[in-house]
Amino acid sequence: MQNSPQSPIIEASKLTKQFGAFTAVDAISFEVERGEIFGFLGANGAGKTTAMRMLTGLSRPTSGQARVAGIDVAAHPEKVKQRIGYMSQKFSLYEDLTVMENIRFYGGIYGLPRKQARQAGSQLIEQLGMEAFARKQVSGIPLGWRQKLSFSIALLHQPDVVFLDEPTGGVDPVTRRQFWEMIYQAAETGTTVFVTTHYMDEAEYCGRVSIMVDGQIAALDTPDRLKSEFQAANMHEVFLQLTRPKP
Amino acid sequence: MITAQNLSKAYGKTTALQEVSLTIQAGELFGLIGPDGAGKTTLLRILGTLLLPDAGTAFLDGKPVVESYRAIRRAIGYMPGTFSLYQDLTVEENLHFFATIFGTSIAENYELIRDIYVQLEPFKNRRAGQLSGGMKQKLALCCALIHRPRILLLDEPTTGVDPVSREEFWAMLQRLKSHGITMLVSTPYMDEASLCDRVALMRDGQVLSTGSPQSLIEAFDRPLLAVQADDTYRMLTDLRQFESTYSAFAFGHAVHLSLKAPVWPELVQSYLLNLKHTGVSVTPIAPSIEDVFIHAE
Amino acid sequence: MIKPLLVFIRKEAFHILRDRRTLIILLGMPAVLVLLFGFAISNEIREAGFAVLDQARNEPSRQLTDRFRASPYFTMQEGVQTQAAMEAAFRKGSLKLALVIPPGYGEPPVSLQLVTDATDPNTATTLSNYASAIIRQEWAGRATGQQASALVEVKPLMLYNRELKSVFLFVPGVMTVILMLVSAMMTSIAITREKELGTMEVLLVSPLPPALIIVGKVIPYILLALANTGVILWLGTAVFDMPMRGSYLLLWASALLFVGTALSLGILISTRTSSQQVAMLFSLMVLMLPTILLSGFIFPIASMPLPLQVISNAIPAKWFIIILKDIMLKGGGLSLIWQESLILLGMTTFFIALSVRSFKTRLA
Repeated sequence: MQNSPQSPIIEASKLTKQFGAFTAVDAISFEVERGEIFGFLGANGAGKTTAMRMLTGLSRPTSGQARVAGIDVAAHPEKVKQRIGYMSQKFSLYEDLTVMENIRFYGGIYGLPRKQARQAGSQLIEQLGMEAFARKQVSGIPLGWRQKLSFSIALLHQPDVVFLDEPTGGVDPVTRRQFWEMIYQAAETGTTVFVTTHYMDEAEYCGRVSIMVDGQIAALDTPDRLKSEFQAANMHEVFLQLTRPKP
Repeated sequence: MITAQNLSKAYGKTTALQEVSLTIQAGELFGLIGPDGAGKTTLLRILGTLLLPDAGTAFLDGKPVVESYRAIRRAIGYMPGTFSLYQDLTVEENLHFFATIFGTSIAENYELIRDIYVQLEPFKNRRAGQLSGGMKQKLALCCALIHRPRILLLDEPTTGVDPVSREEFWAMLQRLKSHGITMLVSTPYMDEASLCDRVALMRDGQVLSTGSPQSLIEAFDRPLLAVQADDTYRMLTDLRQFESTYSAFAFGHAVHLSLKAPVWPELVQSYLLNLKHTGVSVTPIAPSIEDVFIHAE
Repeated sequence: MIKPLLVFIRKEAFHILRDRRTLIILLGMPAVLVLLFGFAISNEIREAGFAVLDQARNEPSRQLTDRFRASPYFTMQEGVQTQAAMEAAFRKGSLKLALVIPPGYGEPPVSLQLVTDATDPNTATTLSNYASAIIRQEWAGRATGQQASALVEVKPLMLYNRELKSVFLFVPGVMTVILMLVSAMMTSIAITREKELGTMEVLLVSPLPPALIIVGKVIPYILLALANTGVILWLGTAVFDMPMRGSYLLLWASALLFVGTALSLGILISTRTSSQQVAMLFSLMVLMLPTILLSGFIFPIASMPLPLQVISNAIPAKWFIIILKDIMLKGGGLSLIWQESLILLGMTTFFIALSVRSFKTRLA
């Protein structure tokens, strides 16, 4: 099952999801390389969440195929889940557990041995500079720290790909940037980052960006090439040009 | 139209609001800009007569919020952050319901909401639960406007909404200004500050600064450079080692470098070239609201 | 203020009507419960094996035996005449109850022995209750004014239910549970739902007085509760021949009073909780369980340990069940139920006062 370092880490081919007569995701195909930061943009209701659910094995495609880390997602969703990390703005941590307890819990569900989980936990807390919070309940620590912590936890089992669903919503500008620096760090060590966001400046931090409109990928390229293609000053304008003309 | 004087509020041990003072003129579109946990919702709830402050006073239209809450409630439209309408009622039923409980009818104030409602009319028999996010926000705004309030309090109306719908929503607010409605809108998106007449930047229960977006930008007194290179991430870490650097943060494809004291852009350029960076460009720039926020003490 | 109220009620009705699953449960459950309890009970007690060991063999003992023969609940095993045969029949399971009539039966004081197969204690108790009722009937006709039997246990609860039909006890019980469920639990959930949706904030800042918000939310549930009362009453009287000896007006008034008590409890819960789940759990634990277990619906209060008997006084359902039985079975008027009604009224006032204190023209 181990795919070679050269082959794409995510391959979607004609991935489709229909809900009754409504086609939420319409035969999208794309590839994401190992270590890439891939921005997955789109308006509300364009099909982003549905596509992401299929890639993470939470939802079966109606047709088409998706391979993540060389594994067919629809055929072996449980195997895929071992190889990916996931973090969203809404679900992140158990508020009534302490920082350390959260880390150990997630270490546990990904099958890290106790000793290793404890070690990884202490290491992680040290890296984040969160020693002061380690024995505090998550509900008592500032939001920015929580986001950083849940990202680190998503990386705890050293996944090949980490899926981030609007990870920075409502976060203050400094923390938001520190968060992206963590994303860069993760990408440097070879983890592929697949991220959705409503902040268009964050789209500029991505290696490549795809923009979904009405269930299809309307554009996919590096931010620089997209900007020159649409003759736009920034990604915000690119996004507006693509999504504004409504049928 | 709205004044707040030293408002404070704590929930148990957590301080949500700390001596916040604000003045908002009649007919102004005023933005409360700040991340989650800044105290925006608490402030709006106190002004909306839904919470009692621990200390301080506030007046809407000259009336104190604590004592005259009944009169104020008739004069304001309020849209809470969690507001999601009645999902099992249709668009029209929702609107009709809110019109009636405010003692008015859709027809009476139709002209005020017409701009917004025409976009919803094709779906008027659809249940609110089946509308898209942007449509829901529009319906919620209609419901908050239906009794022709003089003051509109909107708590994070654009959170989680995509950039296109967000822009449309702000355009609607701009048009409402012509009806003389005073609007107080909270948002975590810094870029929306430029769409307000005046803003208050909030963090940790405090107002950092207040003013028009332009005046806040003009008050920013640190030299600021936009620096680009091919490897943004490595450049960022290198810039933080630069001796004159006050702070360096990524803004899109560039790094905004604020300096302890003015230095020539060429000095930064040669520093980076020495570290084998390619594609380097350094230009002095005017700050954005986000720069202002990051550097606000 | 009338128009907003009407609109409010209409909106609430839409919520109820459009939530199909809840609606089916709310309308179907009373019927299902009454039918279940009714048929389960009446099947269990018919044609139980019965024998008489008549050691007196005189006229009174034959009369008593005939009375048992005529009862639909017992089937006489004519072959069982001796102690040994009785024991064998009990072991085989064909015999459920035996009556031992001692020599010289007929002159008071009378001593009779009832032998039951207590492997199924519930059936045994029910049957011995039936048997003692039959014996009492026999002796009531003789009007000696003396205690009919010393050995047969007599439950005062059964006094006015001459045939001892359990369904008579269940109809008031089921009605109480349903009214509690619809009025208290459903309203507390409906109100907390508005809090979760954020619509409560908008309603609060509207010019509507908070009391009107509550009244508007509550009225549809009152109607629903009364409809359920009607269904249960009809099923009880038409299908199970439950007598209705008192005044219908008084019965409906009492039902309305109890609905009021339950609503005030539901409102109280909703003012103290902020999520539907908590409201539901709270209603189940604090309202439904005591209503079912401590009200005398399933377990007779007289046979509870003293502390529970004391607690049962605080359960509104206990008083409503007493009122219902008084009206339906005894045909009692206001003079009979005024104390219980007053207790319910007092409870309602108390709960409303408590909720007014914590409801709030504001959040939190």
